[in-house]
Amino acid sequence: MNAPVRKIAIAVLVLFTLLILNANVIQVIQADSLRTDSGNTRVLIDEYSRQRGSIVVDGQPVATSVRTDDALQYLRQYPAGPLYAPATGYYSLIFGPSAIERTENDLLSGSDDRLLVRRITDLFTGRDPKGANVVLSLNPAAQQAAFDALQGVTGAAVALDPNTGAILAMASTPSYDPNLLSSHEPAAIRDYAAQLDAAEVDPRLNRATQDNFPPGSVFKTVIAAAALSDGYTPETLIPAPDVLELPGSSATLQNFGGSSCSGSEEQSLIDALTISCNTAFAQLGIDLGEERVREMAAGFGIDGTGFEMPLPVAPSQVGDIESEAALGQSSIGQRDVRLTPLHAAMIASCIANDGQLMSPYLVSEIQGPDLSALDEADPEVFSEPISADVANDLTTMMVSVVDDGSGQAAQIDGMDVAGKTGTAEVAEGVNPHTWFIGFAPADDPQVAVAVFVANGGSSESEATGGEVSAPIGRAIMEAVMGSTP
Amino acid sequence: MSAVMAAPQVAAAPPTRRNTELAMLAFACLLTVGAQSIVDLTVTGSLTVEVATFGASFTAIWAVAHLVVRKLAPYADPLLLPAVALLSGLGLVIIHRLDLAEQMDAGLDGDPMPGAQAPTQLVWALVGLVLFVAVLAVIRDHRTLARYAYTLMFVGLVLLAIPAVLPASLSEVNGAKLWILVGGFSIQPGEFAKVALICFFAAYLVDKRDVLSLASRRFLGLDFPRGRDLGPVILAWAVSLMVLIFERDLGSSLLIFGIFMVMLYVATERFSWVLIGLLMFMGGAYLAYQAFGHVRTRVDVWLDPFAYRDDAGFQIVQSLFGLGTGGLFGTGLGGGRPATVPFAKTDFIAAAIGEELGLFGLVALIVLFLLIVERGLRTALVVRDSFGKLLAAGLAFTLAWQVFVVLGGVTKLIPLTGLTTPFVSYGGSSLVANFALVALLVRISDAARRPAVVMAPKTDLFDAPTQIVKRTQDA
Repeated sequence: MNAPVRKIAIAVLVLFTLLILNANVIQVIQADSLRTDSGNTRVLIDEYSRQRGSIVVDGQPVATSVRTDDALQYLRQYPAGPLYAPATGYYSLIFGPSAIERTENDLLSGSDDRLLVRRITDLFTGRDPKGANVVLSLNPAAQQAAFDALQGVTGAAVALDPNTGAILAMASTPSYDPNLLSSHEPAAIRDYAAQLDAAEVDPRLNRATQDNFPPGSVFKTVIAAAALSDGYTPETLIPAPDVLELPGSSATLQNFGGSSCSGSEEQSLIDALTISCNTAFAQLGIDLGEERVREMAAGFGIDGTGFEMPLPVAPSQVGDIESEAALGQSSIGQRDVRLTPLHAAMIASCIANDGQLMSPYLVSEIQGPDLSALDEADPEVFSEPISADVANDLTTMMVSVVDDGSGQAAQIDGMDVAGKTGTAEVAEGVNPHTWFIGFAPADDPQVAVAVFVANGGSSESEATGGEVSAPIGRAIMEAVMGSTP
Repeated sequence: MSAVMAAPQVAAAPPTRRNTELAMLAFACLLTVGAQSIVDLTVTGSLTVEVATFGASFTAIWAVAHLVVRKLAPYADPLLLPAVALLSGLGLVIIHRLDLAEQMDAGLDGDPMPGAQAPTQLVWALVGLVLFVAVLAVIRDHRTLARYAYTLMFVGLVLLAIPAVLPASLSEVNGAKLWILVGGFSIQPGEFAKVALICFFAAYLVDKRDVLSLASRRFLGLDFPRGRDLGPVILAWAVSLMVLIFERDLGSSLLIFGIFMVMLYVATERFSWVLIGLLMFMGGAYLAYQAFGHVRTRVDVWLDPFAYRDDAGFQIVQSLFGLGTGGLFGTGLGGGRPATVPFAKTDFIAAAIGEELGLFGLVALIVLFLLIVERGLRTALVVRDSFGKLLAAGLAFTLAWQVFVVLGGVTKLIPLTGLTTPFVSYGGSSLVANFALVALLVRISDAARRPAVVMAPKTDLFDAPTQIVKRTQDA
């Protein structure tokens, strides 16, 4: 009977070797993916057992962790509710973190390398480990103004400091309450998420950065920049027919409501921008050529690629241009031209900052748990698409838009405001999107804004970017200047 | 060369190795108490007098076991007891650690505080010790067991059948009907039936091995048994299927059939039996898969647990998460979240060990079992009588098979069946029955290593000379 016993011994050895090999596969090869799996609550519970850093705006926490007495020791709270939701995001048991909560998670949770020294000292002193605070560049007055002005519409607004690129306001409506996605009750979280899912437009989407839209006449600033760079002046006369026959096609292009730009069918560049003449800018774009238009757009960063600030920003693009006819339509911000509201604000800020486009940033400072600065934002140049002279000419032209043209609703007492309106047609029978970009004061810009209202216009009435979006832009600019000393 | 050849004759009394056993037992107790202290320090931040009480009780149990072996089985294999002590010590520590985790969770959730189960398990270890001593004291010669073969079969089958005939309220826990629930106590008679049936198998197969070895036809180079000799195999197969059908216990069913087939193979030395057994197993498995939803679910979950992560696969997925989080070195005792896995104290205790002690801890656990099993199989090789051989092989293989089935299930190597990890899992029946199993192995290994001169008159003259030749070669 010994021979079979020996064989059994070998069989057992084989079976146990299989067990050990399999344990190696799970605990070594698959370990990382298992550890970081979204369903693995261990890491999450560990995160919840540490006090997560706060997200701070102007000295006040807008996201903060408070101690609870349930199994997850800390509850994430957002004192201002939906106001800062597009920036902070949520911190959800079920959906994980989003927005700044996601991009700055390592710092907030305390696992970033910049906190290494502190973690080690915590270990020895027995101090409870804490995450770092993330200070946002937002201006509370501007954020509130943007949020309030956008109530009742689907839209987004962005305000930038043109001198640094700091994002002063970033609002998106409809918004949502991140508190309800960050509670410790999975059922309540799921209920609220289902409610958000059922909404016509997703309130969780940050329309300022995560989606792009046809910009309409706002894009004429880019065409004007290209023209001015090519030797045009604001006074150069350009053709402005009542009806533009698009080359190579039977299609025609008209002005808003079929109106005439000029009796003589030609007008100065500044006048064409002031009244937002479609036929003039379509022809101007065709005259400049696709290459030149693309070049200038790419200079502003409108090149089909996104970037991070640190929130990921959807690409802004010129899109395909198959023909001269398409080039004409693209030149007035139609066809496949798309801008994120943030990018529209960047165009304004570039013109405001003498042609120097600063990289937008949302995080101005990282503070250690003891409020010492670990890292500070370092303003960087994004690009320099136009010269200071061109920027000055554009400013003059945009001031004219607000003083005498389509952007009069953005006027502020006691100062010059530069601006440009946009009304982008979306589809037959659907209300157009309305836009406004601008900056103030025109001679010493402190703030640049972009306001986007989805389907805010009306093809029937005269509700254009000037009536819907410009007043919102004014409110935000006033808020910024009213709050700066 | 000649000195080596002469040695077996001269050495009338080979070393008993009892002092080796004592030293290793002391090491096992030290490790256990150390681990318990680490758990308390990590989780509660302080050491209480309870660690000392626990350490003293645990050490006392093994001291008594050691003294009894010294007296009643002086030539027993010195590795068996220390390995079992370390396994049960590890089990107690992990159960204690899970007690603390459950109490902490209950405290945070404001739920009523669950009672600690580690002290209960320690009491069960004491009961196990009593049975261990009783087995060694009553069964002075393992061969006497062979005389009670049919009684043991009867007892085994009755124990196996009790939960099936009891009403569900007295026998069902978590869908498996394999318990006797009386007055707050829960007994799993199948664990005891397992040991009784192995004894019966050994006696029966030794008795019938000549008949069963008779070959009637050769097919594909293998000797196949006569059709009428298939009776006992079909009976074992039927009993296994009945356990599966009436008690919904996949694990025990697989265990009993596997043990029987392996013992049949050892007894007859015919591989054809294994083939027949595999075919019958596959047939049974196919039938079970077709007939029972819970078997189908198990297989589906095994194939892709993450697709069922929120329902049927929750347990295994949590187990894998725990193992993955533990990684190579583990989170350290008290540093993980082992209570996240349902049934962490019983079926899934290996997941808790893998999480907190890492791959190193889990492999150590597997190697400890391997040690016991291989020492058991070695006992089977060395012991002189056929019954002892078959019994030792059966007992050792049972442990191996059970460990493979449960650890393989917990680590997703094979479909999950639901068996306890011997000596480690929480559960009185399993612990006590496995103490009896070890007592039998100790008894047989004592007979195996005892010098031949003091042996009782040889009953197995045919085998005897072969063994001496083998021993000389091994030496």
